[in-house]
Amino acid sequence: MRFNSLLDSVGRTPLVGLPTLSPSPDVRLWAKLEDRNPTGSVKDRAALAMVLAAEKNGTLHPGATLLEPTSGNTGISLAMVARQRGYRLICVMPENTSPERTQMLRMWGAEIIYSPAAGGSNEAVRVAKDVAAEHPEWVMLYQYGNEANTRAHYESTGPEILEDLPSITHFVAGLGTTGTLMGVGRYLREHKPDVQIIAAEPRYGELVYGLRNLDEGFIPELYDESILTSRYSVGPQDAVRRTRELLAAEGIFAGISTGAILHAALGIAAKADRAGTPADIAFIVCDGGWKYLSTGAYEGTLDDAESALEGQLWA
Amino acid sequence: MAVEVRIPTILRPYTGGEKLVTVSGDSLQAVVADLDANYPGIGERLLDDSGLRRFVNVYLNDEDVRFLSGLATTVSDGDSITILPAVAGG
Repeated sequence: MRFNSLLDSVGRTPLVGLPTLSPSPDVRLWAKLEDRNPTGSVKDRAALAMVLAAEKNGTLHPGATLLEPTSGNTGISLAMVARQRGYRLICVMPENTSPERTQMLRMWGAEIIYSPAAGGSNEAVRVAKDVAAEHPEWVMLYQYGNEANTRAHYESTGPEILEDLPSITHFVAGLGTTGTLMGVGRYLREHKPDVQIIAAEPRYGELVYGLRNLDEGFIPELYDESILTSRYSVGPQDAVRRTRELLAAEGIFAGISTGAILHAALGIAAKADRAGTPADIAFIVCDGGWKYLSTGAYEGTLDDAESALEGQLWA
Repeated sequence: MAVEVRIPTILRPYTGGEKLVTVSGDSLQAVVADLDANYPGIGERLLDDSGLRRFVNVYLNDEDVRFLSGLATTVSDGDSITILPAVAGG
């Protein structure tokens, strides 16, 4: 495949079967390898779409400064896109993220403002909104409420999956900004009304939920509950166990959030298999494992890995 | 029906610091009522007039109850309930 530039190569990722982890020839699992995007994560799609949309509607001018709250991947994608398109990028990122994320952001030229570990991404959003208020000349694309995020998946990820797997019965993805689930979910439902859309949400350690009060919770503006069929909370031990299984059984080296998604997908597969119902279950591999090597998720016992992830934003 | 309920840090002042409490009830509604009977005031932090508060997520055996039957969700002996505040990702 030939492209005019790296940005032109975003998307059109492979969908690969999981012959070993699928429970039977009638109940099959399919992995959408989003780590095959330029910066190695699904976020390249949303970042590129948000920048192009802002250029088109006149929000972004040459030389502009972008500001974005991110736990990592969106920032890395935006940093790559911003560099290609000539923008400065400042990311607000929680301090309890893996050192690789910081390294990659800097590598692509982004500046980082760290937000306190307690409160996780909620805090990053809050700090970014404060900074944005002080710098009205900076542009915050705001992945949590930017329609271009959802649209990227409605226009690319969704159609790609349906084209490769017309018999799809279930789609499983992680719930962060909710962009992937909302975009792919809406597209699939329009074309296959019976498809089930399932969210897997990472369950972090207590530090991350350390809010001052419950009214400070956060629900992305993009989230539309009616798109989802069900939503599961997956803890670090299950996520790490599945991440390792995916590597051992199928050779796919994925990040920890993918393990959480696979955990939900395997649960659905087992249920369909018990019921004797054929199923084609597609799920998102959000990113590769490279950025998480330092977390210890890939070696030692599961208990060790779980304690190493305590307090970290691992998805 | 004895069920285990995981209490988030922010609500532990109500449970005397306990992370995990055992209460009874055959529906989520009944579980919350029993929780509030044992730990007065906690119910109000979880529910408002329309049901579960917007930023409160409740999971029955890891599944979000909003996609089950909400407060009417049936709870069985040995089930595990987790309460968490809504947080961002990305």
